[in-house]
Amino acid sequence: MSEVLRIEGLRFAWPRSPWTLEVPALALEAGERVFLHGPSGTGKSTLLNLIAGTLLPQAGAVRVAGEDVAKRSGPARDRLRADHLGIVFQQFNLLPFLSMVDNVTLPCRFSKRRRERALQRFGSLDAAARHYLAALGLGEATQASRRVIELSVGQQQRVAAARALIGGPSLVLCDEPTSALDTRNRDQFIDLLFAECEAAGTALLFVSHDLTLASRFPRQQALGELTASAVESREVAA
Amino acid sequence: MSGLVGLAWASLKNRRATVLLTVLTLGLSVLLLLGIERVRHEARDAFLRSVAGTDLIVGARAHPVQLLLYSVFRLGEPTANLQWDTYEKLKALPPVAWTVPISLGDSHRGYRVVGTTGEYFVRMGFGEKRGLAFREGRPFEALHDAVIGADVADTLGYAPGTSIVLAHGTARVATQAHDDQPFTVVGVLARTGTAIDQGVFVSLEAIEAIHLNWRGGMPIGRARVTPAEVPAERLQPKSITAAFVGLESRTATFQVQRVVNEYRAEPLTAILPGVALTQLWALMGGVERALLVAAGAAVLAALMVLLTTILATLNERRREMALLRAVGAGPRHVFGLLLAEAALLTGAGLALGVVLLEGALWVLGPWLEARFGVFLSPGLPTIREAVVLGGIWLGGILLGLFPAAVAYLRSLQDGVAVDR
Repeated sequence: MSEVLRIEGLRFAWPRSPWTLEVPALALEAGERVFLHGPSGTGKSTLLNLIAGTLLPQAGAVRVAGEDVAKRSGPARDRLRADHLGIVFQQFNLLPFLSMVDNVTLPCRFSKRRRERALQRFGSLDAAARHYLAALGLGEATQASRRVIELSVGQQQRVAAARALIGGPSLVLCDEPTSALDTRNRDQFIDLLFAECEAAGTALLFVSHDLTLASRFPRQQALGELTASAVESREVAA
Repeated sequence: MSGLVGLAWASLKNRRATVLLTVLTLGLSVLLLLGIERVRHEARDAFLRSVAGTDLIVGARAHPVQLLLYSVFRLGEPTANLQWDTYEKLKALPPVAWTVPISLGDSHRGYRVVGTTGEYFVRMGFGEKRGLAFREGRPFEALHDAVIGADVADTLGYAPGTSIVLAHGTARVATQAHDDQPFTVVGVLARTGTAIDQGVFVSLEAIEAIHLNWRGGMPIGRARVTPAEVPAERLQPKSITAAFVGLESRTATFQVQRVVNEYRAEPLTAILPGVALTQLWALMGGVERALLVAAGAAVLAALMVLLTTILATLNERRREMALLRAVGAGPRHVFGLLLAEAALLTGAGLALGVVLLEGALWVLGPWLEARFGVFLSPGLPTIREAVVLGGIWLGGILLGLFPAAVAYLRSLQDGVAVDR
């Protein structure tokens, strides 16, 4: 299995602040599903921006699909993100002025690689979008033509998941995607997400503070345990 | 950058109420600017076509603009007359192809009476046209025949067969009428959009005839004679106000002008109408510029509304920008999106302005022509207008640089995860 994400010796701080985030090591293999948890304020969103290449670390490296994010130019980082990452947020995942299908195909406007992969597999972007929407339980034609602001939160999250999966990115990052959902919708969402990630061979980094979800994942990781001080403490204890 | 314009369009459609108001504001200001530009050009064209085909205008010594004003536009009073003998000599100069004499000084209900010859209707023209068309009737033939311009006919409700009385002098309220010799309208000229529309045309002999019983500008009470009682030579003009001159070749223009200006027997002035018209138009340049500045200010204000419209949405659209960045858009894409919005908004405003203008001209064109003699017809923007429209479009895009730069900097700052 190939590595889709590797973080080594990562240190990041906001200007005039102490270290906000320190991650000595974190790696994800293709198709792997990892649950990353930690309380609010521990730097989950910062880590997301560092992996996405919209923030750069002061030390260490983040490699996405084997590429060192920090060593690439700004446009090249945007291209890397477009080609290899799918992101699902807690809320406000969709552009209200686009249809469901257009929201799903949005990454294909910025990534030639994902557009070509979607076209190769489904023949058209529209067919690709409809495939993912159907797989995520939004297949009815009436729903496809609905305006996204008319969808329930759960439905919106599924559209966002379809958008993250289209074109087979290497890694899907989920930032508290189920926190606005009830238990039934949450479980359904995770089932569908797992199934589609598995079908596409896409790795999943699921960030949440909700520990009740941890058992659904083969691998769990606490963000606090990743920090340098925590690693040092564990080494001392050992 | 592909697809950015589509995204910008979809985003604008989503905010259609605000966008429509902004586009309408810009459209109306563009309508105003283009409308003023069209009227300005039409006014200038009408001005220049007033003496189309005439190479020189000759009159008594006067400032060129003054001679132009009274001979072509019937404004002001001539300072002196030109002797008939002098006119005959002028006519006989080898380079001279034709001449049309005019005699001014009388009026009818505020409209100037022009004593002339039948050549006037053949030689005078406007624009590219030579010769004046008759809407009704024919040129004057009999001594007391009169031809009237379109404005005179429309305003006073005259038609061939109407009897009119000329008044001595050019005051709107005439104190001395030539009521002993009424005229009959025999022709109405087609509209030209020039001062011709406001003229009453009679023969030079008719001018002499109505002044048979006048001395020194006043009627003489006794021994009244009628034109029928006097020999034909007495109706021969002794002087005229000015003469329009056409030359065999334009290369002789300056030669003839010099001959006239240096004529020793009588102080004369010969002007090139095009040059004098340009001088006259330059005098009105201030008004023209003021109108353009006002219209330009309206467009600028509309562009500022456009800028405000885009800026006002930036805060609420931070999530939209972060989302775009999450799917692979770079700050340059965000910049491009905002710029595309500015370009689309400005473009839509310009298109609306042009459509409104063409619609207004289509509806109001005939009325403007009938009421004011202004020929404004719908049609594609001229090259000059296209350049102005292009400039406004560029201005809109340049203004869009500001919100685009703000969004660019914010998207750098927010990354993919704005505070959700």
